[in-house]
Amino acid sequence: MSQKNRLQSGGRIDRSKPLTFTYNGKQFEGFAGDTLASALLANGVDIIGRSFKYSRPRGIVAAGAEEPNAVMQLGATEATQVPNVRATQQELFSGLVSGSTNGWPSVDNDIMGLLGKVGGKMMPPGFYYKTFMYPATMWETYEKVIRKAAGLGRSPNEYDPDTYDKVNQHADLVVVGAGPAGLIAALTAARGGARVIIADEQNEFGGSLLSSKESVDGKAAGAWVAGVVKELEANENVIVLPRSTVNGYHDHNFLTIHQRMTDHIADRAPNGQVRQRYHRVRSKWVVLATGAHERPLVFGNNDVPGCMVANAVSTYINRYGVVPGNELVLMTTNDNAYRTAIDWHDAGRKVQAIVDTRKNPTGALVEAARERGITVMTGSAVIDVQGSKRVTGVSVAPISEDGSKVTGSVKKLSADTVASSGGWSPVIHLSCHTGSKPVWNEDVLGFLPGKTVQKQLTAGAINGTFNTAGALEEGKKAGLEALSKLGLSAVEVEVPATTEVKESKAMALFHVPHTKPTSQAPKQFVDYQNDVTAAGIELACREGFESIEHVKRYTAMGFGTDQGKLGNINGMAVAAKVLNQTIPQTGTTIFRPNYTPITFGAIAGRDCGALFDPERYSAMHKWHLENGAKFEDVGQWKRPWYFPKAGESMQEALNRECLATRESIGILDASTLGKIDIQGKDAREFLGRVYSNAWAKLPVGKCRYGLMLKEDGMVFDDGVTSCLAENHFLMTTTSGGAATVLNWLEFYHQTEWPELEVYFTSVTDHWATMTISGPNSRKLLEELIDGDVDVSKDSFKFMDWKPMSVAGVPARVFRISFTGELSFEINVQANYGLHVWEKLFEHGAKYDLTPYGTETMHILRAEKGFIIAGQDTDGSVHPYDLGMGWAVSMNKPFSFIGKRGMQREDCVRAERKQMVGIKTIDPNVVLPEGAQAVFDPTASIPMPMVGHISSSYWSACLGRSVALGFVKGGLDKMGEKVYYPLVDGRIVEAEICSPIFLDPKGERQNV
Amino acid sequence: MFYIYCPYCGEHREEEEFHNHGQAHIERPADPDSCTDEEWGNYMFFRKSPKGLHHEIWDHVAGCRKFFNVTRDTVTYEIKEVYKMGEQPKVVAE
Ligand SMILES: [Zn+2]
Repeated sequence: MSQKNRLQSGGRIDRSKPLTFTYNGKQFEGFAGDTLASALLANGVDIIGRSFKYSRPRGIVAAGAEEPNAVMQLGATEATQVPNVRATQQELFSGLVSGSTNGWPSVDNDIMGLLGKVGGKMMPPGFYYKTFMYPATMWETYEKVIRKAAGLGRSPNEYDPDTYDKVNQHADLVVVGAGPAGLIAALTAARGGARVIIADEQNEFGGSLLSSKESVDGKAAGAWVAGVVKELEANENVIVLPRSTVNGYHDHNFLTIHQRMTDHIADRAPNGQVRQRYHRVRSKWVVLATGAHERPLVFGNNDVPGCMVANAVSTYINRYGVVPGNELVLMTTNDNAYRTAIDWHDAGRKVQAIVDTRKNPTGALVEAARERGITVMTGSAVIDVQGSKRVTGVSVAPISEDGSKVTGSVKKLSADTVASSGGWSPVIHLSCHTGSKPVWNEDVLGFLPGKTVQKQLTAGAINGTFNTAGALEEGKKAGLEALSKLGLSAVEVEVPATTEVKESKAMALFHVPHTKPTSQAPKQFVDYQNDVTAAGIELACREGFESIEHVKRYTAMGFGTDQGKLGNINGMAVAAKVLNQTIPQTGTTIFRPNYTPITFGAIAGRDCGALFDPERYSAMHKWHLENGAKFEDVGQWKRPWYFPKAGESMQEALNRECLATRESIGILDASTLGKIDIQGKDAREFLGRVYSNAWAKLPVGKCRYGLMLKEDGMVFDDGVTSCLAENHFLMTTTSGGAATVLNWLEFYHQTEWPELEVYFTSVTDHWATMTISGPNSRKLLEELIDGDVDVSKDSFKFMDWKPMSVAGVPARVFRISFTGELSFEINVQANYGLHVWEKLFEHGAKYDLTPYGTETMHILRAEKGFIIAGQDTDGSVHPYDLGMGWAVSMNKPFSFIGKRGMQREDCVRAERKQMVGIKTIDPNVVLPEGAQAVFDPTASIPMPMVGHISSSYWSACLGRSVALGFVKGGLDKMGEKVYYPLVDGRIVEAEICSPIFLDPKGERQNV
Repeated sequence: MFYIYCPYCGEHREEEEFHNHGQAHIERPADPDSCTDEEWGNYMFFRKSPKGLHHEIWDHVAGCRKFFNVTRDTVTYEIKEVYKMGEQPKVVAE
């Protein structure tokens, strides 16, 4: 029974290259040139999944991107699992491993029956609405079961071993689709000298011509295509992209193209090849030649395997040499689909009948069918089919001329395949992506691209021009128009000759009537992927959902991974009929990126693993690594967090680092502090406007701490700024805030005060900064200073800075302190950083010089009550809330940023949350940061919350916990009690105190 | 993904190089201290969200780091014009 549906000859497959593949654990054989779908059909596989809601068996319906059912899970190993691949788009390769995603535990057996019935009841139309409107617990209960049963695919549990690339491209013209219209458009533009990218989702160019028996230019269509492709490939201005889906059309003519480089070769990309490429293309002009999708008709049990779109049947026969059944019934509203019956007949299998919904079809194809002796039943429709796992027969009945009702008796025919055609829907998806609303066209019986602001041209079936001759004409026209818009000269391109086929008028029919009302008739599916039926849409309309957008959300129509490519227009027609209005009155249809699903691999490209985000290292990073630092991420910086010795716990390391600093010397790599060099004659004035305190009198050689506020008066950054020369300052910012602060300064300078002469340069990376802190730090510094520089208490005061040479290197040394100890911040040119750092350790050994990281820095500063902007501030606290009114100068002449803001009514009221020290009554309890404060721990829940803990640590130096936190009116509540009810049920009692826990008079730093 | 012409660099660059800073032409009051709470609140918090033409500030943050103005249609996302700080738009809503 190997490949029982395969024809002996014909098609674009290579019968000399058999390929073995696996589907649901069973081995099958196909040929090179097959898709997974054509190979499955060749082998007579009818069921490829079970439906989302009703668990009905489903088969392959279409032959391309529009396929709603055959959604597969691929992958031979865990790491190479790929969900959500349409079998109709996956080329077959030797060793391909595939499985149904829809269907658990088995697609063939009806074990799902029970669940299916439960699911059906549980999920009536409006399921999403109704369920999400009620407690979320309901959804959680069922979600796992439904998800697994519905089979939405699964992602791998291991890292993807393949490599993906992103490519940025610029083009004069991108042609989307390489059918007849796209090919000739690209050819025309290329001959005219334009830089062209032509992309098509299929492995071969040709579009509709690949499955057509037409002749073009007096030869087989394929030969004409090959000639054009050859010319395009030879042109160095043209990029030819097969297996490349233009998935998104974004603003300003930006397109994203998903190119599959090796998905057709093997499970894993061979020898380090790139598996997929994501092209990001900015194009001056775009030609959409995306073709059309045939619409199936909506009739009873139209989802039974064996029901297919007419043109898909022709494609399987003509392109893949596969006849997917034995006895065909074709139902059509138009002449075009007669080709399918003719192809079937010519392949040597039986056509039971063509059921034409029109009273009197007369076109050339109708005659051709009749000449072959095929029965044509006019004015009739297939109202339902029999069978469950495969069609076994159909019910045919005469219908009224407008297609609204059955008018006569029902006749049964035997058949295993029902092909249907309700006409063609132009593929307008990309045109919709940029917000253009499609417009209904009554002649085409479909939506066409609407008005657009993009530089977009269209050609061929997307315009409703469904014949090859017309598509070629429009393609050439679009190519010439693009050349003219690009300012290039027109060229001669001959449109090849094609055979004209006279077609009679099609009928506007979408939903086939039944003898019973829709609600009682066998299920008539509109959207296969989401199990949306005509009855469901009617119900939605009856329940009052009149806008098609509401109907779609109520029924979930079009919300599957196929975005309703086959079903949306039919669904709108059903709604229009119930609402007794036309389709354009009912609404329009909008498609969004991506056209077909795209892998995360392609989107991520190389931006994963170590390259996910840049990492910044200080000049001393190597030393930190060698000395066992644990690191913390601060913005993109890797900062030493703490330096554990062998066998030490984190807390033990922190205790040691803190004590060593306060007793002798600790050293911190502070290079990550943001540094902005500010120059210009108005630099001082500028500082006065952006900081809350005064800068007018800061002399050269002095440093000052400043708070930076937003216009609302709230603190957003802080740091020390030093006066290097009269018109020259060095500003420091928090490590994470450097870029924001620079942008802030530039914004005010350029948009508000351009008259100020001031220049900003980020110099963060130019300097290596090391802070030595502790009673012995002066002695260590003195040892390393070259020449005669006095750094004694009186000649190098607290908040002074001096240029000097340290360890043979020019340095700026700042006597500032974030620990409360005698402290020197040594800045040297970054390339010398490691050298100076190592020299400090060489000389510091005798003082037990101890490196510490960000955690000890946090503890030491918290003991002193110094804030960390961004930890103790959250955009809702002004300087007075922090008890830092000393850093605000209200009588500066210029109304600095934040001054007016913090005088607003809400900012000056009493009982604002204010920062205070928090001392737990039990000194051993360290409160968790974020703990909420209450005044009355016996209050009923929800207790009135009066603040929170922002910083909290164990202080080895004080032998107790220390915390900073916010309490309503806290600055006036010194000594009062506050309580912290914790998640674990404990209520921690604490006392409000000064935030300065250690050395309140600041004597330690003034030595 | 916009394609934005920087009036200082004199060329079109990708949106990734730019950063939007919201509504343009909001002037900081000359004398903040004399503003009422309402006036100051309007300056700080109230912004337009028009359907159609919108004047906004962009910053060529990964380029020349200059701020400039853009008139953009918020429906079609067309950029109608760019102009330097201190200049007035030529394209305005009726
Ligand atoms: Zn620029």
